[in-house]
Amino acid sequence: MSAEAELRAVLQRQDPAPTRAPLPWRRIAARATDAALPWLLPVALVALWFAGADRGWISAQVLPPPQFVWDTLRDLATSGDLWLHVSTSFTRVGVGFIAGTLLGLALGSAMGLSHRFEAYVLPTFNALVQIPVLAWLPFVLLIVGIGEPLKYILIAKAALVPVALNTLQGFRQTPVALREVGQVYGYSRRQQVMEIVLPHAVPTLFTGVRLGFTKAWLSLVVVELVASSEGLGYLIVYGRQLFQLDLVMAAVIVVGAIGYAIDRLLDRLETAANRRRPGGAR
Amino acid sequence: MSGIARDAAELAAVQPLRPAEGSRWRGLVLPVTALALWWLLSSLDIANSALLVSPAKVFDTAAEQVASGRLWRALSASLAREATGFTIGTASGLVLGALLGLSPLFNRIVGPSFNTFKQISLFAWIPLISVWFGLGDVAKVVFLSLAALVPVVVNTCDGIRTVPPGLLEVARVYGFTRWQTVTQVVLPAALPAIFTGVYLALIYSWLATIGAEYLLVSGKGIGNTLIEGSEHFQMDLVIFGMVVIGTVGWLMNASARALERRLARWTGRAT
Repeated sequence: MSAEAELRAVLQRQDPAPTRAPLPWRRIAARATDAALPWLLPVALVALWFAGADRGWISAQVLPPPQFVWDTLRDLATSGDLWLHVSTSFTRVGVGFIAGTLLGLALGSAMGLSHRFEAYVLPTFNALVQIPVLAWLPFVLLIVGIGEPLKYILIAKAALVPVALNTLQGFRQTPVALREVGQVYGYSRRQQVMEIVLPHAVPTLFTGVRLGFTKAWLSLVVVELVASSEGLGYLIVYGRQLFQLDLVMAAVIVVGAIGYAIDRLLDRLETAANRRRPGGAR
Repeated sequence: MSGIARDAAELAAVQPLRPAEGSRWRGLVLPVTALALWWLLSSLDIANSALLVSPAKVFDTAAEQVASGRLWRALSASLAREATGFTIGTASGLVLGALLGLSPLFNRIVGPSFNTFKQISLFAWIPLISVWFGLGDVAKVVFLSLAALVPVVVNTCDGIRTVPPGLLEVARVYGFTRWQTVTQVVLPAALPAIFTGVYLALIYSWLATIGAEYLLVSGKGIGNTLIEGSEHFQMDLVIFGMVVIGTVGWLMNASARALERRLARWTGRAT
């Protein structure tokens, strides 16, 4: 609800003379319209797509009919090809993301806990961060070749950066007041970190991990598009090479759906983590 | 977490953090050591010499690329494309974002579709774009516009929708027309968020520029320099390309940050 609508709702509630309640069927109709609105555009687009393919406005080489895409998707799923590509991609993103996250957490917390380490490492880290994954690709490619390690390294790098930076930020933003409370209670350094700094850093840390996954998934697709002979990204390139746009679109849909599902999952986890943060109820 | 908070975090993740303490020389220790080690290793000639090129060789390549004008040609081609795509994407993103933010009806109709659309990994569009627009500049600009569009839409829309209700109430009390409310209250209040979107768009479109040169291989650009180096096993060219791409990204980041600081001062004064 927009702020304006919210405001209007509040104002209406304070109205001393309540307006007559609308008839139930009218309310139902209004609610049905509201629920139907988001479907208007996709349904119109798909209808146009169907009609265009049916009437031959667009050639199937440029935009295959929806039926084709659906059939291809079903074929992929039933023949087991899809699972092969999905599991390859999952392995890559899993290994890369976990390695990158662990390294990022270690690097970020080392920088967050020791000002000296930070002074030595952060400037170099900042400089390396400026180079995007795609620019690292040829460099790593020449060194380790085109095998799996290439994908792991690049995906890990993509995940590492946001995790490390958010971890560092999370460690830095402990409120001074809380730190002073720790001092008053005579906390040891270990207690300070475990009981004050870390709990306070968790939400920021989680944001980093989530961003890390987004970046890892994006990099997976890029790396598979450029240098791979298996996986979802490869499926897209393969379809493109054969001029099978139905295959391309089916693979794009799968990539989007998986990315969305995992993003939702991490969103849930993040909300749960945020609810548990100290003072998170505010 | 709302989109806007996530984008702020995303921005934090692309912006280099400042070291907490002054002492700049400490930051130099690591790069200087690495450089010395690199130089030592390459002069000892123990490893594959094709890959372990010496720093001097990289420097020579860099000098040659600069002197022959090849760097300039590649870089200007890339930057011109980026500027076009960034401008188109940002402009259409502002319009779309403003519509989504201002009109609840438009938002209800288009919002969910847009949110689904933006889930699709950006680079996955490239094969489709290449079929629809070819491999030339048009396809690249379409892709770059798409890269710039998404963050601008998200942040503009969220910025408009999260205008403090108190401000809107003031506008109501003063009997502002809808147009006055939008131009004098909503847009100024949403400006920082909009700027975040534009900033992200600048960074994304630079990444997309490199990506487009990779995946829509045709023409000249700094990404093509990298590919050339990789195909001919010229590590010196690859390293040179990486440094150039990193430097351009850093310059964009730094200028956007400077602009943001200025903007923050300005909005701070206005309120």
